[in-house]
This record gives sequence, structure tokens and C-alpha cells, in this order.
Amino acid sequence: MSSEWKFTAKEIAERTDLFMSGHRACAGCAPATVHRLVLKAIRGPTIATNSTGCMEVTSTIYPFTAWKIPWIHTAFETAAANASGIETALKVLKRKDRIEHEHVDVIAFGGDGGTFDIGIQALSGAVERGHDFLYVLYDNEAYMNTGIQRSGGTPLGAWTTTSPAGRRIPGKPQLKKPIADIMVAHEMPYVATASPAFWTDLLRKVRRGLEVDGPAFLHVIAPCPRGWRSDPSKSIAISRLAVETCTFPLWEATDGEYSLSAPSKVMALRPERKKTVTEYLKMQGRFRHLFKPEFEHVIGRIQETVNKRWHKLLGKCNIS
Amino acid sequence: MNPKKKKGWKEIPMAGVCWVPSTSYLTGDWKTYRPVWDSEKCTRCVLCHLFCPDGAITWKAQTNEMIFNYDYCKGCGICEAECPVDAISMKLEGEP
Repeated sequence: MSSEWKFTAKEIAERTDLFMSGHRACAGCAPATVHRLVLKAIRGPTIATNSTGCMEVTSTIYPFTAWKIPWIHTAFETAAANASGIETALKVLKRKDRIEHEHVDVIAFGGDGGTFDIGIQALSGAVERGHDFLYVLYDNEAYMNTGIQRSGGTPLGAWTTTSPAGRRIPGKPQLKKPIADIMVAHEMPYVATASPAFWTDLLRKVRRGLEVDGPAFLHVIAPCPRGWRSDPSKSIAISRLAVETCTFPLWEATDGEYSLSAPSKVMALRPERKKTVTEYLKMQGRFRHLFKPEFEHVIGRIQETVNKRWHKLLGKCNIS
Repeated sequence: MNPKKKKGWKEIPMAGVCWVPSTSYLTGDWKTYRPVWDSEKCTRCVLCHLFCPDGAITWKAQTNEMIFNYDYCKGCGICEAECPVDAISMKLEGEP
């Protein structure tokens, strides 16, 4: 279950922005929206850490910083390792009575490169050791910061500079790694997926992730207009379509027990509302080549994978 | 501290700490189109504030109005696209 926390949109609007204006993310950057929303859901003193990635680079261009809370960055693979260190240090300070706060939360932010590929060993280790922190993965599905290289999070058929679409190869030939399921396999207390378009769901899941005792993992889809070759004004619309097409279903797993979240439950109970992946793909220029006659079979394969993963998820949630 | 004036290594904080708030860096001149708010149509659902990547739109409770801060707005148009009642329209910079 996500948090019992009750709030209205205006209450959230009245909370201070802890991720401030003036950061240098591109126009229409959904990861920036995700960071703002996540920091609106915190419950008290919080320390953040970032792995290298778009949001680390754009939020802290020396000497400027967009963070209104204590923030640390060391290297690409160390978001989870940093968080473990911070959490342990806090535990020691608490034992020595040197902090008066009841709890200080730790949030680690990582991009898909820093989580799917480079940071997975640090993350896996931190979760295994059971540190009490929330890991937020903002998934923009490639290494956007260095110029759109493929990562483990890039979906099948997507164009990137290192999986280019040509006459023979239709973009990335491999599937997206199911990272959230990998995290559930760690038998951690709380794993969830979220989308900024369904912001109430996202905020409740963040709060829940902070409330649980032990590690929590949140996988958030975050469209990148530059890398996805999409219209900057459509970033939120695309993150909504990702849920409506079941490409990125919203669910949460508490102690390994899967349950579908409301926006995806609609798709499960009323399958006629589920949209086809074509609608999602045609909004993004990175899938443009798939609409050529020679690559049309790839769209079929994408739909097939989405359906397969969706039915597997329904099975885990005990919905047939 | 003034970020414009270059500092020597003896004067900057240790360990590469960023000390200037990003709000002193204005990103408003990036935009081509600017959002224009219609207070008549607006229902104050504050979705534009929640979805804005730059935090350039805020809701002022005292006067119940949405404040658009053009110093930071990058003109992406998410607010216009997501507004459920079309109370925001995008106008080319320089047009009245």
C-alpha cells in the first residue's frame, strides 16, 4: 500500500520548491519535474545525493546550486554507496545524541545510466545491507547528459547515437532491462514505479518510500525531449501515454507482494481503454524509422513484449 | 558573494561546494514562446505549477492568482499542453 498521507493540490503548491528555478535543464525536461515533485513529498529534514547524470550536471553548475537541501555528489556509480554512508553517519550521530531530529531521511537520485548499468552493484550492495534510504531512479532511457548513448534502460527499437537506425538495423536490438523486478528480487521492503503525469500517485509513493524501515526503490519514467526527439510541451503527455499503453505500468511491491496502482488498474479492469503502442511510439522521433515499411515488424515485436510483460504483471498482482 | 567576480583558490569554499543559489542565474531568455495566463478561464487547479520543470509558475494564496515568473520560464509549453481548461496560451516573445 502506498502512504496514507492526504493532501490537496493547493497544499502541495504552497510547499516551498526545494529544487529551485534557474537550473539549466533543457526546456520541457521531465526529470526536472520529477525532482521538484519528489522533493515536495518529503516529511522533514532530508539529505539528497545524486549519481552523475543530467540532473546532477544541470542543477549544480559551479558555483550555482539548485538544491535547497544538503546535497552531495561524488561519482557516477556511487549514489547508493553515498546514501549508505550518509545513513550510517546519521545513525552514529543519533547514537551520540548529536542530532535532535527524530528522523533524517536520505534520498539518492540516479539516472538510468547510473542505475541500470554503472551503479547497479552499489545499489544492490546498499539494499542487501539494508540501509534506510529511498532510491529514486528517473528513467530517461539513455545517457542523455553525454549525448544520447544507449543504456540498459533504452527500449527495443529506439534510436540513439550508439544504436543508430540504418537500412539494416532498426535501432536498439535488445529489450529494456526490468530493473524494478530485479529490485523486488532483492526482497526489499518497498519497490514502486511512478509517472510524473500521475503526480498524486508519485507523491504518495515517495512518502511511502521514506516511511518504510529499510531501503525503498522508486522507478519513475521521465521523458527527455532532446533524446526522445519529442515536442518539449508533450513531455507529461508522453509519460501519461506510457502508462495508458501499458509500456510502463504503475505498480508497487511491498515485501514482494505486487499490487497494481490506480492508473494501471483501470487498464486491467477495462482492457478496452488500453491504447496501442503505436500511439506512444509516433509521438517520439527516436522511433521514427519504425514507421518505414521494412521495419514495421519491430512495432509488432514491441507490442508483443509489452503485452507479455503486462500479462506477467497481472499474474503477479493476482488479476487474470 | 558575487558570482560574476572571479575568485582565487584561497577564497572559494573547500571541496568544490556550490554556494550560489541557482535563482541568481536567469534562464528566461532561452524561450521563444511565453505562456500568457487568462485569469477568467483559470480554475486554479495548480497543475501548471506542479508540472512546470522550472518552478516558474507559483500560486499566490492571498490573491488566489497564478504568478508566471518569466525570468526562469524556458517556454517549453508544458503548462499550455496540460491545462485542462485552456487558460494558458503561448505567444511569441516580443508580441504583445
